[in-house]
Amino acid sequence: MNAVIKLDDIRKTYHTGEVEVLAVRGVSLEIHRGEFVAIMGASGSGKSTLMNILGCLDRPTGGRYSLDGTDVSQLNTDELADIRNQKIGFVFQGFNLLSRTSALENVELPMLYARQHMHSHELREKALHALGVVSLSDRADHHPSQLSGGQQQRVAIARALVNQPALVLADEPTGNLDSRTSIEIMGVFQQLNDSGITIVMVTHEPDIARFTRRNVVMSDGRVVSDIPVTDRLFAGPELERLQALLDPALQTS
Amino acid sequence: MRILVTIKTALRALRRNKMRSVLTALGIIIGVGAVIAMVGIGNGAKAQIEAQIASLGQNVILIFSGSITRTGVHSGHGGAGTLTVDDAEAIRREIPGVSGVSPELRSAAQVAAGNQNWLPQILGEGPDYFEIRQWPLVDGAPFTPLDVRGATKVAVIGKTTAQQLFGDESPIGQIVRIKNVPFTIVGLLSSKGLSVMGSDQDDVVIVPYTSAMKRILGSTTLRSIMVQAADATQLPVVQQQLTELLRQRHRIQPGRDDDFTVRGQQDIAEMATAQSKTMTVLLGAIASVSLIVGGIGIMNIMLVSVTERTREIGIRMAVGAHGRDILLQFLTEAITLSSIGGVIGIATGVGVSKALSAIAGWPTLISATPIVVAFFFSAAVGIFFGFYPARKASKLDPIDALRYE
Repeated sequence: MNAVIKLDDIRKTYHTGEVEVLAVRGVSLEIHRGEFVAIMGASGSGKSTLMNILGCLDRPTGGRYSLDGTDVSQLNTDELADIRNQKIGFVFQGFNLLSRTSALENVELPMLYARQHMHSHELREKALHALGVVSLSDRADHHPSQLSGGQQQRVAIARALVNQPALVLADEPTGNLDSRTSIEIMGVFQQLNDSGITIVMVTHEPDIARFTRRNVVMSDGRVVSDIPVTDRLFAGPELERLQALLDPALQTS
Repeated sequence: MRILVTIKTALRALRRNKMRSVLTALGIIIGVGAVIAMVGIGNGAKAQIEAQIASLGQNVILIFSGSITRTGVHSGHGGAGTLTVDDAEAIRREIPGVSGVSPELRSAAQVAAGNQNWLPQILGEGPDYFEIRQWPLVDGAPFTPLDVRGATKVAVIGKTTAQQLFGDESPIGQIVRIKNVPFTIVGLLSSKGLSVMGSDQDDVVIVPYTSAMKRILGSTTLRSIMVQAADATQLPVVQQQLTELLRQRHRIQPGRDDDFTVRGQQDIAEMATAQSKTMTVLLGAIASVSLIVGGIGIMNIMLVSVTERTREIGIRMAVGAHGRDILLQFLTEAITLSSIGGVIGIATGVGVSKALSAIAGWPTLISATPIVVAFFFSAAVGIFFGFYPARKASKLDPIDALRYE
């Protein structure tokens, strides 16, 4: 009953000319409210395809996918767009913010496509609140080009949160960031997760996966391991440790 | 109201690429401007021709000798010399709805006065002519029926001829030699301007038709007869009666072709306006080509814009935009470009027309219809040429669009 994601024998086959590519070959998975899951695997393992299906950007060719109690495996493109708008927040590796558009307006974007119309002051209020959650209220009027990578990713997280989705999906969210900023971003995710938000993240970095609570490993389109994280890392202490390592280096240089 | 948001987004995208938007709109501006200016010139010409036709006089019917046969062979008006003075008298006598008749002869002849030479049109006319054509004199008096009876050597001359022969001097009482026959000038006509066919109507010497026949041309037949009906409603009846009377007088068997041609003013007007209409359509068509080229420009830029913004489209779709939101966004951009171009183009076209009138003296006429049509046509160009790129954008797969570099 509490499952946000319920996958039942999900399959995805691509037809490229004569060749059939079995990208996902029967994945069954349940993710519950409040979980923080990392999906891992080498490239070609099917994790990106699974991520696209989870994000309702793509439809499975077989199996059932129930998201927050709705069977989404048979919905049409417009219905999927509404599901994405209402139930899913996306965070991408390349941030994917609209350039030449302020952080605030970037965060407002999902609300513009919401089914019910909101007044502009209401949009602004909600967007500012979401920026506050990722501690970027003071950068609301900055354009992406005026923000650092970490700040851009935090704007993207604010955008993902603004429609209060059932699920936040992050696709390699630290892929374009240095290690320190990566830890900061993981800190943001941990903080959000602590407040009850369900997060699913795709990553190929085991160190980053250790910030989550559960690791699902894929290989050849199947789940080969699904275990809770026992030696979990926390962003606060990790940052301190990194600082301690860097400080002497800085002093000697 | 997602539509409002979509429109706002589209306008902002246009503002962001100002130079590109202006250049794209320029295609439409030139197209619409050209259409408006060309149609303005065409309509101006038409209005001028209509005014000239009105200057012919009211309810006028012209009868030419010679005919246009049913087989299409044309012996030319005034060629065969089948009309006589007696025909003209008979028309005056026997057809009740006729208020004026003027037998006509016409020739170009050398005219001399003192040491000046000129080649005006020589018209032989009846005294009714000035009345029929509503052509008042500014000086002197027209010749009279008495002059006609006596084939007197008197003449009334037009402004242009007077200017050429006498300069600013008054021509009244002066002598002109037409083919070496001396005529006394009794009257000077007011200015009438250009005719339907573009000739100078003021370059004339008008003499009694009898004088033209006996003293200048040595002719016994008429070129044409000008008839005025008393009333416009009687025109068709008069025209019918004229034809019957002349066929009877010329003893033409039923089934044979007339040896004369009857032309109502209406026919002349129709012929002339048909010509100017053809010109207007032709000019408009040429101008429309530039409007279509402008539309292709919009399509081109919109396609570039869609490709350039593939990732933006992907982001919008990922956060919940439907295909039709994207379609509407790009279509709005195209329509905005073309309608703003249309409005500026209308202003440009009106400006160009006014400038042409002022500088080149071309008559132009701007009416509301082409302006309204041009505006909606330019918006339609936006829809037509914007639809394909917008549809292409709306059909993008969000996964591919997000990955697009």
